[in-house]
Amino acid sequence: MQVKMTVNGKLFESDLAPRINLADCLRHEMDLTGTHVACEHGVCGACTVLVNGDAVRSCLMLAVQANGQSVVTVEGLSSDAELSALQASFRKHNALQCGFCTPGFITTAHALLTQEPNCDEDRIREVLSGNLCRCTGYVPIVQAVLDARVAYQQMGVK
Amino acid sequence: MKSTDFDYICPSSLEEVIQILDQYQGEVKIISGGQSLMPILNYRLASPQLLVDLQGVADLNKVSISSEGTTLGARVRWVDIENHDGLRVSQPLLCAAIDHVAHYQIRNRGSVGGSLVHADPAAEMPGLAVALEGILNLHGPQGVRRVHAADFFLGQLSTSIETNEILVSIELPFWPQDRRWGFAEFSRRKGDFALAGAAVWFDLASDGHAMNVHIGLIGTGEKPMRLLSAESGLNGRTLTESMIESVVHQSLSAMSFQGDIHASEKYRRALMLEMVSKAFAQAMRPIN
Repeated sequence: MQVKMTVNGKLFESDLAPRINLADCLRHEMDLTGTHVACEHGVCGACTVLVNGDAVRSCLMLAVQANGQSVVTVEGLSSDAELSALQASFRKHNALQCGFCTPGFITTAHALLTQEPNCDEDRIREVLSGNLCRCTGYVPIVQAVLDARVAYQQMGVK
Repeated sequence: MKSTDFDYICPSSLEEVIQILDQYQGEVKIISGGQSLMPILNYRLASPQLLVDLQGVADLNKVSISSEGTTLGARVRWVDIENHDGLRVSQPLLCAAIDHVAHYQIRNRGSVGGSLVHADPAAEMPGLAVALEGILNLHGPQGVRRVHAADFFLGQLSTSIETNEILVSIELPFWPQDRRWGFAEFSRRKGDFALAGAAVWFDLASDGHAMNVHIGLIGTGEKPMRLLSAESGLNGRTLTESMIESVVHQSLSAMSFQGDIHASEKYRRALMLEMVSKAFAQAMRPIN
């Protein structure tokens, strides 16, 4: 089936089998392997991407359902020039160890801080409860997101 | 795992959807947010020939509030309910319960209709549909069939919807502002399905007696249900904490609970008593 979507600002067009989920489409059709696949049934949050600005689990969405929509992956949230606010904050707080879950945390936190730049720690914890990390114990991740808030507040509500 | 192969169609009208359902007779699944269906497909618990996507069908994501009650379109998402100020007033108990549904990312796609037709007895929406005496509007080739939530759920993941019908909306009766209500649930991790949950509401007569007592139970048995014997035991009486506990305890003792890997039968019954008591305590808090 013919699918057309915008991914990280670029137009992507392909003929896809309907059963291909968005995560596999990004990884195998577009070589955007920053989106990680772990549980494949919506429990772990590693595959979180943004669809029209909303954080969604890309293993629970078919690529054909993203037809005509705008998708942003973790690759789309970074530049080669410098670390983004969230990247710098994760580095500062040592908010990752093996790094497998990190793309999901970054995309989720980016959606949250963009939509709710003034969210408090309770809200951050509530939102991040949809992502699993087996290394850090979560405390440094929460600290990193709290710390990155300032940058999003300065950018203003988009 | 990965799902089996299927065809996909994204029609632009409800009539077209119904025509396809009628033609394929059970070999077809409807997909909206896919937050219940996608895991089932990925696990290959279902392998339909065709998926019908509702995203091109207009007007299924409407919330309408009137003096008759509140109607939620099947494609209304959890995040839509969370952000809808009018609903907090017109259906406060529903909103309190929906706050417990799943995680952030799932709430951006999961829908009211999807949860109702999926019919997980531990999910909030089916439980609330029963507790609030909702009416489901099912559209099929013969027109609209209105089904009471209590008659819609038949068992675990099983409903009375026909293979050529689609759930279009759920109507919730008008909610008076002085109605008393409470909601409590317990899950092992935030956003997980509830081990036990309770939604209660009642009206107070001018002399302080409770009327219309409703106790909805989530996460027990094969389908969402009401604790009818306790409701009739409490109707017409002036409620006190100890009376509620003794009436509910008696009703729950007569009910069968299923123990499993997560919790024993005894634990589940005790937890349910705790949740119902908590919900009543909330309902009886002074109105400011």
